[in-house]
Amino acid sequence: MSTSTQPRDAAATGGGGRTRLAGTLYRGREGMWSWVAHRITGVLTFFFLFAHVLDTALVRVSPSSYDSVIADYKNPFVNLLELGLVGAVLFHALNGLRVIAVDFWSRGARLQRQMLWTIVAVWVVVMVPGAFFMLKHSVETIFGS
Amino acid sequence: MTTIDAPRSRQRRSRGRTNTELYAWLFMRVSGLLLVVLVLGHLFIMNILDGGVQRINFAFVAGRWSSPFWQVWDLLMLWLAMIHGANGLRTIISDYTRRDATRFWLKMLLYTATGLTIALGTLVIFTFDPNIS
Repeated sequence: MSTSTQPRDAAATGGGGRTRLAGTLYRGREGMWSWVAHRITGVLTFFFLFAHVLDTALVRVSPSSYDSVIADYKNPFVNLLELGLVGAVLFHALNGLRVIAVDFWSRGARLQRQMLWTIVAVWVVVMVPGAFFMLKHSVETIFGS
Repeated sequence: MTTIDAPRSRQRRSRGRTNTELYAWLFMRVSGLLLVVLVLGHLFIMNILDGGVQRINFAFVAGRWSSPFWQVWDLLMLWLAMIHGANGLRTIISDYTRRDATRFWLKMLLYTATGLTIALGTLVIFTFDPNIS
């Protein structure tokens, strides 16, 4: 990963730094943590996919069995989980575009940190109105409209 | 003591080497780009547009799948997302398993579950009957 700033760990400053661990433990910065988040959001989404294909397959059984499983998705608590899923998928999508830019764009690797903070900003800008529209009905159900 | 090759020396190519991993890597990029459109579009329509999840029921699905456009959309999304996810999890299994047997059986489980899920989803899209009782 690109390191345009000075290394901050104690080993690089000649020891006697903040913590003893600092010199031995790899603590990647934005590059590593975005990779970790990409893995976690990817695995979560993939496991949900199995459940989602199964629940949709109930349209092949009967309209009532499909409607009853979809009723669970309309429950306010599950609705909150859906918001989490949308947030995970959106991060994975945006960070995936960043990974593609790092791989194929000549300046991608150098700008990977700036691109990460850009996609985080886009994520927030999309998620705020997204959360409003997704949770609107649940909030009205719980607190009255 | 093990000897280490000199830096930047030619890699010894084992016989029968293929480019499978290159194609897997490329597939993740290409399918990823398509899935950005397919999945984010799906999430927007299903969860946000026009009342979101509250309006979804059997009749809603029947209305959508009466159009070949949404059938193709959902079929493409099913295949690409499942294969993209399976390849991602394959990488994760390879990263974290230590014993050969564990790695082998986890991958078999992954491929079986992925194959069955793709088959089920495809069957449902192709054999959907809006007049089912």
